Amino acid sequence: MEPVLKVEHLTKTVKGKRLVDDVSFSVQPGEIFGFLGPNGAGKTTTIRMLVGLIKPSGGTIILGGHNVQTSFKKAMRQVGSIVENPELYGYLTGWENLRQFSRMLGGITEERIEETVKQVKLDKRIHEKVKTYSLGMKQRLGIAQALLGDPKLLILDEPTNGLDPSGIRELRTFVRNLVEEKQISVFISSHLLSEIQLMCDRVAIINKGHMVTVAEVSELIGPSSDRIEWRATPLNEAYALLERMEEVHGASIKKDRILCTIAPSNVSRCIRMLIENGIEIHSVHEKPLTLEELFMDLTKEEQA
Amino acid sequence: MIEFSKLTLNEMEKLYKKKRLAAIILILLVLIPIFIYAQKAQMQQREERLGTSDWRVVLQQSIIDSQNRLQSSGIPEEWRNQLTIMIDQQQYYLDHDINPNSPGAPTFVREFLNEGIAMFIPLLVMIIAIDLVSGERSEGTIKILLTRPIKRWKILLSKYVTLLLSVSLIILLVLTLSYLLAGLFFHFDGLKIPVATGFTIENGALVTDSIKLVPQWQYILMSAGLAWFIGVVTGTISFMVSVLVRNTSIGMGIMFAALITGAILKGFASAWAGAKYIFSVNLDLTDYLSGNLPMVEGLTLDFSILILAAWGIAALFISFLVFTRQDMFS
Repeated sequence: MEPVLKVEHLTKTVKGKRLVDDVSFSVQPGEIFGFLGPNGAGKTTTIRMLVGLIKPSGGTIILGGHNVQTSFKKAMRQVGSIVENPELYGYLTGWENLRQFSRMLGGITEERIEETVKQVKLDKRIHEKVKTYSLGMKQRLGIAQALLGDPKLLILDEPTNGLDPSGIRELRTFVRNLVEEKQISVFISSHLLSEIQLMCDRVAIINKGHMVTVAEVSELIGPSSDRIEWRATPLNEAYALLERMEEVHGASIKKDRILCTIAPSNVSRCIRMLIENGIEIHSVHEKPLTLEELFMDLTKEEQA
Repeated sequence: MIEFSKLTLNEMEKLYKKKRLAAIILILLVLIPIFIYAQKAQMQQREERLGTSDWRVVLQQSIIDSQNRLQSSGIPEEWRNQLTIMIDQQQYYLDHDINPNSPGAPTFVREFLNEGIAMFIPLLVMIIAIDLVSGERSEGTIKILLTRPIKRWKILLSKYVTLLLSVSLIILLVLTLSYLLAGLFFHFDGLKIPVATGFTIENGALVTDSIKLVPQWQYILMSAGLAWFIGVVTGTISFMVSVLVRNTSIGMGIMFAALITGAILKGFASAWAGAKYIFSVNLDLTDYLSGNLPMVEGLTLDFSILILAAWGIAALFISFLVFTRQDMFS
């Protein structure tokens, strides 16, 4: 299947500084794609290039088969976006805002606006001025604005910034439903690894302007899901015993716990061995590697 | 074309909802009565100076004096011309029973345009022009504006067309509000009063050969046309500043500095001829109509219009060049 978004060797240089350096990835139809990196990694610059706010110094961006630089109009028809905060016209009502954007898209009926408003559950306050809206409501209006033209790809830049936990959960289910019902692709950037982990199918990790890796979220976390966390006394003895075992890999002490990787079928043997050696075991439980830890591992060399 | 008119409609809606037009109407409603009051005070002062005698007698006497001087031999040709024109004007006042010291609404409109063209009208235009682009940037709404499937130059052009429409609306508002308010206060007569125009400068002296009388309504239309042109040029330059400077109040400061510099430099223009190439030195276009000409070599109506047009075109060119290439980092 042809990707909805294809980025190749994207580069942006400003005053000799490479803000984005040779970034390539693609987003498939119906996929939620995470774009992960710490603040200042080049996420927003990349996104601004995707939507035509910044001109790339090199590389190409193909949106739904159309090059953003050479056929801007056709490319932008494929995409709805919120770049950073959902900034809308505060002195207009929600409805007037959407009407502005519908005029710019062309061929959007009033029914379509109404439908979108219902979709983001803003129908009660759509005729009030946007400056009276809460951040969550502005966020929803922002999404309505992005969905108005029935895009193939939705680009959300740090969408959970400033939202409270229930707002974040709401956004998550909304995005999931959207993908299931409309089969559109979503591109989400975030510096919160847990967010990406919960929402995305695949993830690209970017640091200091270049790509660290692109992989499926399950693929990145999968092999590390055999990680076991132990609480036992005496801790050092238990550690020494575990480390000596063939079945145990990468044992380490973290505060008052031991972390190591053991295949599930070998766990009971390890427990037996420890008990036979007079170790008291308080708890044993599976502790999958979080994306956060993974990210630290992946970018360790660069940070050092 | 439909797309473009929708873009312009969007811009007009934003302007209206931002209450920019309301602010302009409010300023006019406060300022015009103040000017009217000043005019009335001036009128009273003039009447006191002339004494209580009937204005018809005074006017009649003045005409007779001028006619006597015309008949005496040995007065230069250009004086003769000027005297004839003055007699014609005064005769008109007498024939139509108009007190020359009691201006009606049309006279007020003419003088208001004359006084307001270099500062007041550019200022009103600036209220709209200065944040047409920078306002979107400081609010962050530029991002949603420029991520639509519409090319940047079209977005900017719709903003510029909105500016042109606004300048036209401002001139119309100035004309109607000053006419109505002055008419309510004084009277509405005087559209056909003859007004002298057509002065030129030759070899550093005022030449009155080509002087002629036009009805006041025609004079007002000419002034309004010039005021519109000034509005468009200063609006275009403000528009460029709005593209170049993100901060609206700094943009406003820059434009103010430019206007005030022009007003001050005008005084130096006779010594430093180069000053005439600065746009804000050339804003008093109605002075060319009224004969209050600047004593500067080469400073004529045609020259000023040419300089202003050049500035306007350059500003427009820079606006489009910068806006269509700019990276919107924040």
